[in-house]
Amino acid sequence: MIAKVAQLAMPSVHYLAIAPILVLLGGSLILMFVTAMTRARVSAVVATSVTVVTAASAFVLAFFQWRDVSIHGSTTTLAHAIALDGFGVLASAAIALGVGLTALVAHDWAHRARVVGAEFHILVLASASGAMMMAQANDLIVIFLGLEILSIGLYVLVAFDRHRSGSAEAALKYFLLGGFASAIFIYGVALTYGGAGSTNLSSIAYFLAHNFILQPGVLVAGLGLMLVGFAFKVAAVPFHVWSPDVYEGAPAPVTGYMASIVKVGAFAAVLRVIFGALTTQSESWRPLVWGLVVLSTLVGAAVALVQRNIKRLLAYSSISQAGFMLLGLWSASPSGVAGTLYYVVTYLPVVIATFAVVTLVGGEGETGHDLDHYRGLARRQPLLGAALAVLLLSQAGAPFTTGFFAKFAVITSAVDAGGSWLAVIAMVAAAIGGFFYVRLVLSLYSDDEGSGVRVAVPRLTGLVVAIGSISAVLFGVWPGPIANLAHHVYLLLP
Amino acid sequence: MHTSLWLSLLLVIPLAGAALIVGLRASDHLARVIGITAAALELALTVVVALAYRASHTVGSGSTTTVFDFTYRKVLAPSLGVAYDVGVDGISLFLVALTALVILLALVGANESRRTPAFVAWLLVLMTATIGAFATRDMLSFFLFFELTLIPSYFLIAGWGGSQRAAAALKFFVYTLFGSGFLLVGMVYIAVRHQHVFGGDLTFAMSALKETPLSSGVATWIMIGFLIAFGIKSPIFPLHTWSPLAYAEAPIAGSMVLSALLAKLGTYGLLRFAVGLLPQSLDNVRPVVLTLAVIGILYGSGLAAVSKELKKVVAYSSMAQVGFIVLGIFAGSQIATSGAVLLMFNHGVITAGLFLLIGGIERRRGTSTISALSGLQGPAPVLAALFTVVMLASIGLPGLSGFVSELLVLLGSFNAHPWWAVVATTGVIFAALYLLWAYQRVFHGEATGENASIPDATTAERWVLAPIIVLVVVLGVYPAPLLNKINPSTHAIVSHSTPQGVSR
Repeated sequence: MIAKVAQLAMPSVHYLAIAPILVLLGGSLILMFVTAMTRARVSAVVATSVTVVTAASAFVLAFFQWRDVSIHGSTTTLAHAIALDGFGVLASAAIALGVGLTALVAHDWAHRARVVGAEFHILVLASASGAMMMAQANDLIVIFLGLEILSIGLYVLVAFDRHRSGSAEAALKYFLLGGFASAIFIYGVALTYGGAGSTNLSSIAYFLAHNFILQPGVLVAGLGLMLVGFAFKVAAVPFHVWSPDVYEGAPAPVTGYMASIVKVGAFAAVLRVIFGALTTQSESWRPLVWGLVVLSTLVGAAVALVQRNIKRLLAYSSISQAGFMLLGLWSASPSGVAGTLYYVVTYLPVVIATFAVVTLVGGEGETGHDLDHYRGLARRQPLLGAALAVLLLSQAGAPFTTGFFAKFAVITSAVDAGGSWLAVIAMVAAAIGGFFYVRLVLSLYSDDEGSGVRVAVPRLTGLVVAIGSISAVLFGVWPGPIANLAHHVYLLLP
Repeated sequence: MHTSLWLSLLLVIPLAGAALIVGLRASDHLARVIGITAAALELALTVVVALAYRASHTVGSGSTTTVFDFTYRKVLAPSLGVAYDVGVDGISLFLVALTALVILLALVGANESRRTPAFVAWLLVLMTATIGAFATRDMLSFFLFFELTLIPSYFLIAGWGGSQRAAAALKFFVYTLFGSGFLLVGMVYIAVRHQHVFGGDLTFAMSALKETPLSSGVATWIMIGFLIAFGIKSPIFPLHTWSPLAYAEAPIAGSMVLSALLAKLGTYGLLRFAVGLLPQSLDNVRPVVLTLAVIGILYGSGLAAVSKELKKVVAYSSMAQVGFIVLGIFAGSQIATSGAVLLMFNHGVITAGLFLLIGGIERRRGTSTISALSGLQGPAPVLAALFTVVMLASIGLPGLSGFVSELLVLLGSFNAHPWWAVVATTGVIFAALYLLWAYQRVFHGEATGENASIPDATTAERWVLAPIIVLVVVLGVYPAPLLNKINPSTHAIVSHSTPQGVSR
């Protein structure tokens, strides 16, 4: 028996490639271990510090990975199941950043919401490792694993506010629909395996590039089902119905985490699978993505107009943003990939910071989510109000914010790919979106203060808000660095 | 070739002023001082730039010439085609100066009761945005600043406007944003096409974009997009429906900026990008655009005649004047184009003056409704005199600035497209009709009730209007200094847009 196990060939492991994933899981394990070993609850300071240090290490590791990639080119490891390429490195770095920012917001939130212990941080670290796995996966099974690790952690996180029944309700809803979507996705994986003979993305791409499939029905069904699974995760219309309820029910820091990290992971995976592996089938999937883009951008923006609850409004706004991100996928071109990557990476700090403000204004028991609570916020607290205004304008795509260049990048790629009319539709949706963002910004500066009250701004949350809003303006005036990064990573895709 | 530092300073000074106001949490008084100082400095600089500008430069080996001066270009993000690019030519030069002048006058003259530091700061931001849009040779850069103007003007209208200000501001914002979508996609299309044909990085430099080969069909589609975007901003009939409400509900400073500056962004965009970049489409769209321009002149005049409020009279008369500008831009003749550019400047000055005077009346009487006003020239003769001069310039009385520019537009377009010019000429008569009629109702007759006791123009008001009167008179008699600088630039555009080299 032992001999048999010993004979099992271990694939060669390039540890640097999976180092950030291991670091996140390691941090999670350390916290679990400390929780198990100490009699008292782990203090929040310890939990947050460990999480932030872990995230920072993963972030720093990305630089080493980047150097490795620029010297050796993209490589695969673990029996070609994990890719180490610029694309994955940039996405992983963004995820690490997101974990750090979320931990800071959650620290202050946990204090107010009387959430004790390290469980929150353990789950954040573990689920983020799933997102990283998706970003670096070169195999459909690994993507599924990542998706599940990410989702299962999130199901619990959504339910984390035990003092509020809405939280548990949202978690159940997310769990049921999420499980459904996972099932659809894995069914798609199975059909794709049937159609292309492998679950490895490089093998699938190679197979499809060298064989013409006369009756691609199974393959098309497989990619269609996988697309549905992804569309559910990124909340693209018509697979979005869960998101407003879940965004509303989940604790605000978790909502920010969902809106950012899930998008990075899922879009990285969707680009790798649909564009990377199935690029030869683009005639099959581009019409589907076209539909997703049109519906998501328009429905998201239009329905957001009538929302009275900030979290629901941001949920619909994020649906509309997902439509824009899909625009890069539709382009099916290197610049499209770069555009989508640029979009998700710059969207991440902005949306986390936005939900950090929502966390503060929502207050204890999350009772302050009505838009009325935001009236005159910038009059009461000029800095917080101005920061939120910048964050919202960035999401609206105002000039000289990262949001503009994100939209600009995907629009350019879409026009380049012959999608001028699709680009026009998306811009019309952006105009509708601009309407509700700016209306909200105006109400921040309203003299009539409505039912708003002054909210305390704890130092760490304030830091996150500052990072989000400053990055939105800084890289909006000076888009060079991130745009060039995103533009160059494509070369390293498998 | 002069250094671009001047233009960069023009972009920085207002922003610095705004930052100072916000950073110091300035009091109302201090904010006003900072704002006026920044705007005055800006105006002084633009005058220096305007005087120093030289129209003709040779570039590189000396084979090509450019009409741009004070130029600088630095690519910031090659993959996205983002560049910091500044430069002015004879067309943008005076619009930059106009921006500085109008905003200075708005800061000094349009004394709203609820003026706060935020108001001053927004006006300064608007100044940077508008000048940034005019003083660039890069279309993406233009687009960014063009869009940026929306935010301060939205806040100015929504924060300090009349009772329906929220609705007016939203309508203005949504219309313009809607149009920008078409502008963005059209612009990206040209740039992408250019990249496909010539290779290299994506670029939005106008010198590159205008060499892009486009079929007449594609160019026409893009032209329609540009017409929607700029036509909303200008506004051209039938895309004007946002404007009366916005002009009427905006604070006086807002109305000044909307009609004197932001409308010019639209017409400037039409000339620079629609005509300048898409000559292939001109034959297809010209009859339609000229017709819309003429309809705009007549329709605007008609509505101005029946408007019950002075602000709306001026708003609709602006629409008629924009009709003249568009006529000049699309006539395809250099004389008309130069006339249109001059008219942009002159109309900016005149309409700013009219709105300042209406602001003065509003401050005295609390309303600008015509039926509530009568016989104002009795108690306020100087105010009436000032109003008369500016109004006569708007009508196009020979000897005042409006006449010269309208004459050039009509002359140039008559040579090329006589029938449109003939119909448009009636607009000049209508202008006399509706403005004189409005003047008669407001200033003549018996001063009744509160009208009898209003104070005459104060010294401050006289000084604020002085530069406008001077410009109106001097440019009416001697427009040559401006035209000499405008002509080479309009020649460059017209000769590019009429390939056969016909310059009528």
